[in-house]
Amino acid sequence: MTSLNPGLILILGAIPVVLIPHAIRRFYLLVLPIVGFAVVHSLEPGTVVTYETFGMTLELLRVDELSKVWGYIFNIAAFLALLFAWHDRDTMQQVSALIYAGAAIAAVFAGDLVTLFVYWELTAISSVFLIWAARTERAYRTGLRYLIIQVGSGVILLSGVLLWYADTGSIEFDHIGIETLAGKLILLAFGIKCAFPLLHNWLQDSYPEATVTGTVVLSAFTTKLAVYALARGYAGTESLIYIGATMTAFPIFFAVIENDLRRVLAYSLNNQLGFMVVGIGVGTEMALNGTAAHAFSHILYKALLFMSMGAVLYRTGTCKGSELGGLYKSMPYTTVFCMVGAASISAFPLFSGFISKSMILTAVAGEHRWFIWGTLLFASAGVFHHSGIKIPYFAFFAHDSGRRVKEAPWNMLLAMFITAFLCIFIGVYPQALYDILPYPVDFVPYTTAHVITQLQLLMFSALAFTVLMLYHIYPPELKSTNLDTEWFYRRLLPRVLNRLGGWIDRADQAIRKESLVIIGDVIAMIERNHGPESAMSRTILAGSMALVVITVLLLFLVVVII
Amino acid sequence: MSEHENKIHDPKKYWLDEPRNVRKVIGAVFVVCALLFISDAFYHKHSHFAVEDWFGFYAIFGFVMCVLLVLAAKLMRVFLMRDEEYYDKDD
Repeated sequence: MTSLNPGLILILGAIPVVLIPHAIRRFYLLVLPIVGFAVVHSLEPGTVVTYETFGMTLELLRVDELSKVWGYIFNIAAFLALLFAWHDRDTMQQVSALIYAGAAIAAVFAGDLVTLFVYWELTAISSVFLIWAARTERAYRTGLRYLIIQVGSGVILLSGVLLWYADTGSIEFDHIGIETLAGKLILLAFGIKCAFPLLHNWLQDSYPEATVTGTVVLSAFTTKLAVYALARGYAGTESLIYIGATMTAFPIFFAVIENDLRRVLAYSLNNQLGFMVVGIGVGTEMALNGTAAHAFSHILYKALLFMSMGAVLYRTGTCKGSELGGLYKSMPYTTVFCMVGAASISAFPLFSGFISKSMILTAVAGEHRWFIWGTLLFASAGVFHHSGIKIPYFAFFAHDSGRRVKEAPWNMLLAMFITAFLCIFIGVYPQALYDILPYPVDFVPYTTAHVITQLQLLMFSALAFTVLMLYHIYPPELKSTNLDTEWFYRRLLPRVLNRLGGWIDRADQAIRKESLVIIGDVIAMIERNHGPESAMSRTILAGSMALVVITVLLLFLVVVII
Repeated sequence: MSEHENKIHDPKKYWLDEPRNVRKVIGAVFVVCALLFISDAFYHKHSHFAVEDWFGFYAIFGFVMCVLLVLAAKLMRVFLMRDEEYYDKDD
């Protein structure tokens, strides 16, 4: 078993799904990630399985501490998402979720760039079905945009890998760096999937359009695979610090005014990725530990938040802040689980975000980067503001929308319960997570100063929210679309292309018209010279021809006789 | 998808329906904040930056930045907000 890439368990396990009757299939789906988890656990760091082809050495399996962290959490996330989707009978989603999760796990254990590329693209192709499964025109179009961007990332990755191979003669996936063009291309490919600023908008565009369960699956894998790839290839790359800091800050502005609560979560997902990218940019052992730990806890609380909003969407049919409110009355358990997720993402002491994010912040402070540190602190306050308060407040409290629905189905509640339990467990007993991190952990999260300062930051953010609400300054939830970078390719580009098309059309019309005139002139000329009665086509009568021939023959005869 | 039965009629009164209780919650937030602010006097910070040693720095920073965040976001609405079907029209 130890020579098998654990991602293949889910990928190959997806094949017989269609043949298994629904009653058994539910259990079968849940067993796969459990087996996957066990296999990851059994893998010895240092294990490498290679395969020679076309003169290249593919490392189909490469195990170390870094990949194991992602291997664990990806299997856990797959299990929780499948449990959350237990009630769902949509085979298409089950198969694509398995292949998608499996591809992400397999990519993490890929030791070379070509194998990485294969799984990288597989995550793109398999995951789009989770969006298309919503089976609406809107989802179809969103899925197409998503697919173009995701596959585009893979194409850029491949060109980078080819250049890298030409430069170095190796396809091994280790530190790459941005010194070469190949390095820059590969960084761009990773950056697209990691939702770097300006490359980010596919995330907010697509995740909220996926199915109730699809979004939960999507939230875990693509972006965190990119974080893993960045940590592997670009640790200590200075520019990532600034990219990451930008990522933590700008999405929160959008999150404050966004109405679709799943889109708010997509913005805060983007913001959390920023913390991880900063950690990678700093690149010290503590920072990389922080990134790995934060990816781990982030996957859990983000899934929990998406689950709670998914449950709301499932029961009420909407996820818009402007149409919700007062749901704590009919969905009390979901409310509590959502608040656990909110407390975790906000990094309240005793919740998972606290013990992982503080590592990154401490690492940044240790480097004496005051501006970055200040930005991250602002982003920490901001994330509590929009994810920690806004999400639960507008969905479950606020103005009572009058909606009285059933509590979420038992499987959703169970999935949320387990996820919430893990969020608190990690927060209360961080050593469990610290023990599996890539480097030895020399960090104590629970010091008086840490706890008090963090509580001050958060509670005064809550105070700001309260005061702004009391004075009616806080922007109300409005039915709206907020322009983001997608505007460039959803509006500007089509407009430019349309206008360009218009010009081409008009030029085409003019050229055709002019050509017709010219062709007409040519035809007229030909007609003049070659038409009936024209010089070139005058016919000579057969009689005169005979006369000519006879004359010629007579002349010939005369000449011969003479 | 479930049938989305969103019943409107619900005569039951909940704890938070009472404005008095909402005021209690808000009051609690103020009290907790005040206690946290004062607590800065009672422990030692292991600070990396000089600002961290200011009394109540984290509290003031959190409050001010959140207010600025919301005001800036409100301003963004002026420029960025369109109606809900914006992209659906001749997309």
